[in-house]
Amino acid sequence: MAYDVSNVSFFYGDKKILDDVSLVLPPGKFYGIVGPNGCGKTTLLDLLMRHKAPARGQILLNGKELSRFPKKSLSRQTALVPQNFYINFPYTTAEIVMMGRYPHMPRFAAPSEEDHRIVKAVMEKTDVAQFEHRFVTALSGGERQRVVFARALAQGTPVLLLDEASSNLDINHTLRLLGLAAEGVGKSGKTVIAVLQDINLAALYCDHLIFMKNGGIVEQGNIEAVLKPETINAVFNVTAKVSFDPFSNRKQVVFRKEAPSEMPGMSTGRGRD
Amino acid sequence: MPIADSIIKKLQGAFITQVIMLAGLLFAAVITAATMGYIAIPASDVLKVIASALTGDTQMLAGVDELFPVVVLDVRLPRILAATLVGSGLAMSGAVFQGILLNPLADPYTLGVSAGAAFGASVAILLNLGFLGTYSIPLFAFCGAVATLFFVIYLSASGEGLSSNNLILSGIIVAAILSAGISFLKYLADEQVGVIIFWLMGSFGSKTWIDVGLAFAFVVFGFMVCVFFARDLNLMSLGTRTAASLGVDTRKVPLILLVTASLVAGVCVSISGIIGFVGLLVPHMVRFITGPDNRRLIPVSLLVGAILLLTADTITRAVLPAEIPIGVLTALIGGPFFCYIFRKRQKVMRSD
Repeated sequence: MAYDVSNVSFFYGDKKILDDVSLVLPPGKFYGIVGPNGCGKTTLLDLLMRHKAPARGQILLNGKELSRFPKKSLSRQTALVPQNFYINFPYTTAEIVMMGRYPHMPRFAAPSEEDHRIVKAVMEKTDVAQFEHRFVTALSGGERQRVVFARALAQGTPVLLLDEASSNLDINHTLRLLGLAAEGVGKSGKTVIAVLQDINLAALYCDHLIFMKNGGIVEQGNIEAVLKPETINAVFNVTAKVSFDPFSNRKQVVFRKEAPSEMPGMSTGRGRD
Repeated sequence: MPIADSIIKKLQGAFITQVIMLAGLLFAAVITAATMGYIAIPASDVLKVIASALTGDTQMLAGVDELFPVVVLDVRLPRILAATLVGSGLAMSGAVFQGILLNPLADPYTLGVSAGAAFGASVAILLNLGFLGTYSIPLFAFCGAVATLFFVIYLSASGEGLSSNNLILSGIIVAAILSAGISFLKYLADEQVGVIIFWLMGSFGSKTWIDVGLAFAFVVFGFMVCVFFARDLNLMSLGTRTAASLGVDTRKVPLILLVTASLVAGVCVSISGIIGFVGLLVPHMVRFITGPDNRRLIPVSLLVGAILLLTADTITRAVLPAEIPIGVLTALIGGPFFCYIFRKRQKVMRSD
């Protein structure tokens, strides 16, 4: 098992963000987490990378209690691509991507030949090699997001966590980067856990979908089994049509205009997302 | 193959060259400063005096005016080395503060360290506390700085660790309260008010080897801690969440670095009074040469800070007809210079 999450709860003050969540995630799959804003998706990622600790329950990574990993060895297991990336100091693209190699380098060592080789290869695959010597502070938001993606890939971890990582990318780079993540799953048996806002992107890339609402899991399983109009309606309160699309060779979801006044109110807004 | 490789190697090579050149420049500046003053002493005699003091070999002093060793060893060198160490300490802690607070405009005083030190010193002066001789003022200044630091950290701590916005805000609030306190102390001080004002403006006059030893101990200790965590500081600039995912202990590391940098700044202030702009300006300038990587920025800032503050102190001590308080001089030179580079940066950003 890559992850074995059992009966995990998490609070911000008195607010319950995650309520008794249990999940078993075998390795070698592309997992998608979808759900309305504020449903606890990002908090779940934070718990999986141990940026936060659960108030109750336990999380095992490869059979070992997550809290028992030393920080540095955990950073060789999981990498994160965050949603927003803000930087105030003029590092070059190449320097930022090289930071992904820090967990593999002794504290006072210079990068090895292999580190340079990995950084270069990753920069080419993510299409950022063209501005490797430019300052990240001078790049556009989408370009910077690709640099962050490259940095996470350079970390070379078996688990990759994506937190709405493609939300400010154009469609070309969205497909390219999610494709790279999926390639790692197919070729090297890596595990990707992605919080996605776009349900059709999720349908395109994920093997397994986890639907969340109000800090709990509504439904999860193989994408063929769980991607249904009823699930989408239960989670998002919208009517949708789900059908097999021969062009993408996947199930895809279409929506129609809905009058806001006729949509039932949503009971979200718990905590942050 | 590796264009990136060769450039990085070149940069690293350049880094070693930079450090060697700056260290050489600093040594030359120390010797030159020791030759200057009311009595001009030839550089060769300065070197002889220092060499004989280091080796204990009095033979070397043959042919040197017997007044020179006293002037160099007892008067000039303590002041010169104190200015050098305070300059390096302020520049280094400035670099660290900017790194942790993710704000290139932060300086060692951002968390209210200077206001705390000034308040402590004012209390000591006002109450005329002399139980520790000349050391009661620096001791009170240091205690004021440390107490302020911990209060600011206490104010801004939340369950999520330390956020840079909280720290900056708390620092500003506490500093504002303390400055009001200082004004009140000045109002109460009567004839002592001159002493308080003079202390606040900073000075390296009448520094002793004990001051030098204290500054040296704290700067060396601080430097080792900061260089040890320099790589983690680089990762902190990516944001806490990303830094944590790269293996940085995002609760412990910022706290250790903040306390270390503030202690160094606190010692500097208690030795010299408040000297502004060195901690803000030096890391700014150095970033143009080394880039933002803290593993290069911190050592180079240390050397540049030492050279600049020594130069400023030598100008006010030996070049100007009357001594200007060093804190006033650094603000008068540093302030406009900062405006200049800040403006230049705005223009560059606009044309980009």
